[in-house]
Amino acid sequence: MYAKIWANLVLLVSKYYKQFFIGILGTLKISAISVIFGTLLGTLIAVGKLSKSKVLNSILNFYTDFIRGTPLLLQLFFFYLFFPDIIGVDWSKQTCILVALCINSSAYVSEIIRAGIQAVDSGQKEAAKSLGMSDRNMMIKIILPQAVKNILPAIGNELIMMVKETSLCSTFFLPDVMTTTKALQTSLYMTVEPLIIAGLIYFVLTSLLSKCVGLLEKRLSVSD
Amino acid sequence: MTNAMKLIEVKGLKKNFGELGVLKGIDEVIYKGEVVSIIGASGSGKSTFLRCLNRLEEPSEGTILFEGVDITDKKVNIDKHRQKIGMVFQHFNVFPHLTVLDNITITPILEKKMKKEEAEAKAMTLLEMIGLADKAHEFPRKLSGGQKQRLAIVRALAMEPDVMLFDEPTSALDPEMVKEVLEVIKKLAEEGMTCVIVTHEMAFAKQISNRVLFIDEGIVKESGSPEDVFDHPKDPRLVEFLSKVL
Repeated sequence: MYAKIWANLVLLVSKYYKQFFIGILGTLKISAISVIFGTLLGTLIAVGKLSKSKVLNSILNFYTDFIRGTPLLLQLFFFYLFFPDIIGVDWSKQTCILVALCINSSAYVSEIIRAGIQAVDSGQKEAAKSLGMSDRNMMIKIILPQAVKNILPAIGNELIMMVKETSLCSTFFLPDVMTTTKALQTSLYMTVEPLIIAGLIYFVLTSLLSKCVGLLEKRLSVSD
Repeated sequence: MTNAMKLIEVKGLKKNFGELGVLKGIDEVIYKGEVVSIIGASGSGKSTFLRCLNRLEEPSEGTILFEGVDITDKKVNIDKHRQKIGMVFQHFNVFPHLTVLDNITITPILEKKMKKEEAEAKAMTLLEMIGLADKAHEFPRKLSGGQKQRLAIVRALAMEPDVMLFDEPTSALDPEMVKEVLEVIKKLAEEGMTCVIVTHEMAFAKQISNRVLFIDEGIVKESGSPEDVFDHPKDPRLVEFLSKVL
């Protein structure tokens, strides 16, 4: 039995590496898009959360609590099945799923950014205010550059999480590693072998990204 | 002092933190060119009083007129007025991600639309005054505590303020660095800058001030010339305080 598995693994790697490669690119693309747009949206949400408006605060807190408190798979189904109808647009399947992932990511990232901003010494804010800096300039020139140091490594970790989470996209046949795996399973009548390859791919991807985040952390701490 | 111009006029200032009343009604006038030291025990409200003067703390009650404008009015653009009120903090609060030079020039460039070259030339003059010109392109982490505090002082001066507020400027310094910071403050005072200084350096307060305020339990218990306050204190709490610190 092990000999058969080994032979199949060799076959998969030698003959179907292209499909896996396409899957890897898909996974990386979907993860990157989710985290990049999630970060943009998350930044806005974080700024809103730090504003003085109580109404805005409660709405945004509910938003993050709700998204972090429900399964991603459920959110994907919701966006896939209902969301375009609700807001009256004609989105492709891929767009629906990507929007869902961005929104999911934005909830996590907004918390990362909020915490990163609040971790900046309050004396920095007071110094900027006492000099007569506007709130906007204070945020952009004084607080955010210092918060980045806390935020960037955490967003790197969010990207690593996303690489794994995007495997759920295979439920909707978006081109990623897991979809490739499923396709090969059914077309080649193999069960475990494609999964082994997929597992190795995810592990290597996340390990490499972890290394990058580690390097980034080291670099950012140099200026301390 | 009756003919002198009133720079800051505080009327009925109260500040509560929740249930706790920290300032319980302060009426005080700071005249142009005055050097006023504020002394008092920890928790007496002296720092809170100072921080209300540029609304880093929002007063709960009362008004503060700065150059005739009520800055407690929510409609005033407080940022514009803060540009005229320099402040120096106990923990320096220099910007660690900016060079020494950028620490000084960033606010004039951003908020006063000063040209970069002009701001930098001015900053270099200020740095020469405090003997840090050679550190202009270093980051603050390379500076000692005393150097950081001197930088913080000239950072505030770069905005050309009409008054300087000092919130225990030497309390976080190693003893050997206290003098270099006090020298800079003294020089400013001698050049006619209006200064309000919250301090525990009694000898310094006595030497430099025109007037000393003793704040206790959220009110000004005694106010007068340094000789009156330090050598002939009347209020029993002041007598007790001085017996502990002198």
